[in-house]
Amino acid sequence: MTTIRAVELWTLDPLTTYVAEAGARLVLLMTPAGQVLAQSGFARAVDVMAASALGAAIMASTTELARLLGQPPFAALNHQGARHGIFLSGFATDRGPLVALVVYDLDVSSLGLVQLFFEQLVADLRAASPKAGATKSVLAADFERELNESLNVLFGR
Amino acid sequence: MSPAGGPAFGRALDVVTRVRGVRGAMLVARADGLVVAEQLMEGIKGGAVAALAASLAGRLQRTMVTAGLGPSQFWHLQCDQGALLVVPAGDSLLVVAVTDPEVNVGLVRLELLRAAEAAP
Repeated sequence: MTTIRAVELWTLDPLTTYVAEAGARLVLLMTPAGQVLAQSGFARAVDVMAASALGAAIMASTTELARLLGQPPFAALNHQGARHGIFLSGFATDRGPLVALVVYDLDVSSLGLVQLFFEQLVADLRAASPKAGATKSVLAADFERELNESLNVLFGR
Repeated sequence: MSPAGGPAFGRALDVVTRVRGVRGAMLVARADGLVVAEQLMEGIKGGAVAALAASLAGRLQRTMVTAGLGPSQFWHLQCDQGALLVVPAGDSLLVVAVTDPEVNVGLVRLELLRAAEAAP
């Protein structure tokens, strides 16, 4: 049974449905700055911190590459290995832009399934998201405290 | 029909879509469930069918091999409003046909096998 936890509860139902349908092993929902809204499948806080930081960095890099090419930001990135694949995509909601990082086992799922149900995840999150301004932005001075509070929620402490 | 993919892929699918009652045909990558080439009537969600068919093919393959029957060569899912017919093309592709319920299954199977042989 995969453990799914959310800092922002409106993400919980769409994420739970997505994990079940796409067969995703790990999922992170976060802002482009790396602030985690929800996670599925992670066992350790340090993994969430690392994955969110790296995912946000990849999104920032590819967005900048797209800007240099005079293109709109890339829709999604897929990186497939021998046993696992990583899918990373950004999308807009009323809450603001969000990023999803999905890790899937090639024995259980596939890029096709991950992409197919991702469209539904985005639609469900857009339908459930609060309007912009309903969530407070995180100031740099509060970042560490906010991070610790989020990790406590994500790991049920 | 809305053709997609290169000419060689299109020719492989032509033989299937010419059969009366076939609503569309696709070449699908087995590993990732993505569409390689397609000739589909309007209204068929090619990406969704490809992803789910490849997932099903992978599970069926494991089931058949586990049961000691060897890899599957053809499968036919009959539904109220149509059927899904699939033939593997080598290790990397599937040839998928979406049909009306009253289609000549034997003829479609034959053309799927020809398409699988002709697939690049």
